[in-house]
Amino acid sequence: MFNQYALSHVVLIPLLPAMSFIIVGFFLRRLPILAATVSVCMSLISFALSLGVGYGVIANNITVDNPLIQRVPWLSIAGLNVDMGVYIDPISAMMLVIVTLVALMVQIYSIGYMRGDAGFGRFFAYLSLFASAMLGLVIAVNFVQLFVFWELVGLCSYLLIGYYFHKVSAREAAKKAFITTRIGDFGLLVGILFLQILFGTLDFQQLASNVPLYVAQHGTNLLTIVAILLFLGPIGKSGQFPLHVWLPDAMEGPTPVSALIHAATMVVAGVYLVARAFFLFSALPNAMEVIAWIGAFTACFAASIAFTQRDIKRILAYSTVSQLGYMMLALGVGSVTASMFHLMTHAFFKALMFLAAGAVLHGLPDKNDIFAMGGLRHKMPVTFAAMTIGVLAISGIPPFAGFFSKDEILLVVSQVSMPLYTIVVVTSFMTAFYMARLLIVVFCGSEKPDNHPHEAPMSMRIPLVVLGVLAVIGGYIPYANHFGDWVRFGSASHEGLNWSIAATSTVLSILAISLAWYIYGSGKVSSDKLSRRFSTLYKLSFHKYYIDEFYLWLNHTFVDGLGKILYWLELHFVEGIVNGIAGLPVELGDLVRKGQTGKLQRYGLIMFGAILIVVVWLVLLSPLFKGVLSGGDY
Amino acid sequence: MIGLVHFLTVAAIVFAIGLYGVLSKRTIVGILMSIELMLNAVNINLIAFSRFITPEVLTGQIFAIFTITVAAAEVAVGMAMIFRVYYDRNTVHAARLDEMRW
Repeated sequence: MFNQYALSHVVLIPLLPAMSFIIVGFFLRRLPILAATVSVCMSLISFALSLGVGYGVIANNITVDNPLIQRVPWLSIAGLNVDMGVYIDPISAMMLVIVTLVALMVQIYSIGYMRGDAGFGRFFAYLSLFASAMLGLVIAVNFVQLFVFWELVGLCSYLLIGYYFHKVSAREAAKKAFITTRIGDFGLLVGILFLQILFGTLDFQQLASNVPLYVAQHGTNLLTIVAILLFLGPIGKSGQFPLHVWLPDAMEGPTPVSALIHAATMVVAGVYLVARAFFLFSALPNAMEVIAWIGAFTACFAASIAFTQRDIKRILAYSTVSQLGYMMLALGVGSVTASMFHLMTHAFFKALMFLAAGAVLHGLPDKNDIFAMGGLRHKMPVTFAAMTIGVLAISGIPPFAGFFSKDEILLVVSQVSMPLYTIVVVTSFMTAFYMARLLIVVFCGSEKPDNHPHEAPMSMRIPLVVLGVLAVIGGYIPYANHFGDWVRFGSASHEGLNWSIAATSTVLSILAISLAWYIYGSGKVSSDKLSRRFSTLYKLSFHKYYIDEFYLWLNHTFVDGLGKILYWLELHFVEGIVNGIAGLPVELGDLVRKGQTGKLQRYGLIMFGAILIVVVWLVLLSPLFKGVLSGGDY
Repeated sequence: MIGLVHFLTVAAIVFAIGLYGVLSKRTIVGILMSIELMLNAVNINLIAFSRFITPEVLTGQIFAIFTITVAAAEVAVGMAMIFRVYYDRNTVHAARLDEMRW
C-alpha cells in the first residue's frame, strides 16, 4: 500500500525539503527549535517515502530496463521539448534512500553541532534546499533537469561552504569551489548542447535508444568528444584531477555540511551522472578509458596527499577525492554495479567519519591539527568507536561495508587492466595507512594536558550509531541480497568474492594499519625523523604537489596577462572609437555655435538676407520670370 | 492717373524704411516702431490690391483692420516687455541685450 503511494508520489520527496526551505528560510530563521523541527520532520517524511520507493521498486519488479517514468512538459519551443519528471529505477531509488538517509542523519546531528549558532535557522534552510536539489537531480528524466539541479546543488555547496562568511578563508573557499566546479559545468553544458544538436532530444530514455543507432551509422569520433565534454562536469563536481582543488578547501564549511555535501551526496553527483548516462559512455571505449585513467590517477594521487596532511578534515577530504576516483574507475572499466555499490558504502562510512570528526572538533573547539589531539578514546568512546568502524570500513577489512564494495571494484578492474589494478591495490594500501594514522594519532597515545575534550551530546551520538551500524552491515546485506541484479547496466553481474583478490587486499590493508601503528602508535619510530629522511617527497605531498600554487601562477600569468592586453585594447581601440564618435558632434558644435552672438539685429539681418535669397531663388525658377526674360507678354 | 503701381511703390518704400529701422535702430523702442511701419506698408498693399483687383468685395480692407488691431495688441505686449527689460537691466539698447549667446 505505502510503496504504491510512494511510487505515485515520488515528486513529494524533493518537494518536501523544498517546502521546508521556504518555511524555515522565510519564516522561522529566528526560531531555532521550530526550524530544526520542521526540517527534520520533512526529511523524515522524505526518507520514509524513499524507503517506500525502494521497497516498491523491488516489489513491482522495476528494473533498469523497465524504469518507472513520469513526465510533465516544462518547456516547449520548436525543436526543443524539455520535460520535468521522475525517473525511478533501482539506481535512482538507491540514491534516493542514501541521500534522504544521510540528509536526515546530518540534520539530526546538526541540532547538537550547531546549537547556539547565530545562523541556526539559515543553516537548516540551506540544508533543506540542498536536500531538495540533490533529490531533484537524482530523479531527473533528462539532461536539462539534471543540469538545473546540478547547478542548484552547486549553489547550496557555495552557500554552505561560505556559511561562516565572516571568515575570509571560508569566503575564499566558497568562491574557489563555485568557480572551479563552474569550469567543469561549462564543459557539461556544451556537451548537453551537442547532444541536443546530434539527437534532437535530451531525454535519457530516448537517448538510450538513439545512441546505438547513431554509433552504428556515424562511428564514435564525434560522440567521444561530446562524452568527454560531458565528463568535464563530473570532473569538477566529483573532485577528479585536475579540478579536485576545491574539495579540500570546502572543509571550511561546518562539519555536518562536509559530511552531507562533500562526502556522501553532492560530490557523488558526478559519478551518478556518468552512471545515468552510461548508455552513452559505455558505447565509447575511448571515453571509458579516459574515465578509468582519470579515476585511477585521482585515487592514487589524492591518497598520496592525504599521507602528510595534518588537518583532520583535510585528510578526510583527500580520502573522499580518492574514493571518488575509485568510483569513476569502476565506471570506466564498465561496472555500474561496483561503482554504485561503493558509492553507497562510501556514503555510509565517510559520512560516519566526518560526523565523528565533527564530534572531535565539537569536543576540542579550534583544534584542527591531528597532532594537537591524542588520547581521545577515553573521553569520547562513542566517537572513537564510530571512527574506528569508519577506518576499518574504508580500509576494506571484512566484514565491514567497504570490504565488499572495494573488492567488487578490485575484481572488475583486475578483469580489464593490470596496470590499473596495480594502481588500485597500491592506493588501497595507502588508504588504509593514512586512515589508520588519523585514528591512531587522534584517539590513541597520551592525552594532551591542556585539552579538555568531552563526548558529543545525544543528538550527535544517534547519527553516529545509525551510520556506524550501516557502515558495518551496509556491505554484506546488499552483497548477500544480489545487489548486482538490481543496480546494473546491461546484463546482471554475478561476481562472487574472488578469494585471492579479497585476501590480497585484506592482507595489504592489515599490513598498512600495522605499519601505521608501528610509526605513529608504538613510539619506536619518530615520524618527524621519517619525514626529514624523505623530505622531498614529504614536502611534495604536504604542499599537495604545489597544484594550488601552479593554478595561481597560471592565473596570474595567463588570465591576468590576457586581461592586461584586453584592457590595453579596450583603452586604445574600443574607447577611442566610442570617444571619437562622441567627440565629433562636440567639434561641429564648437564650429557652429560662434554664430550665436546674441545680437538681435544681426539675427534679423541674417533672417532677411535668407528670405531674400529664397525669394530670388523662387523668382528665378518661376515660369512667369522665364516668360519675362524671353520677352513674352506680361 | 494714380494706379496700383504707385500704391505698391509707396508701400515698398515704407516697408524698406521700416526694415532699415528694424536692422539699424539702437533701442528696442525704435525697433518696435519700425515694425509698425512695416506692418502699415503691408496694410497699404492689402487695401490697394483689394481696391484695384477685387473692388466688389472688401476683403483687403477688413484684413487691414484686423492687422491694425493685432498690431495694437502687439505694441501693448511689446511695450510691457520693454518696461520689464528696462527695470531689470536699466537699458533698452538692443546691442547690450546679448546674454543669450554661446
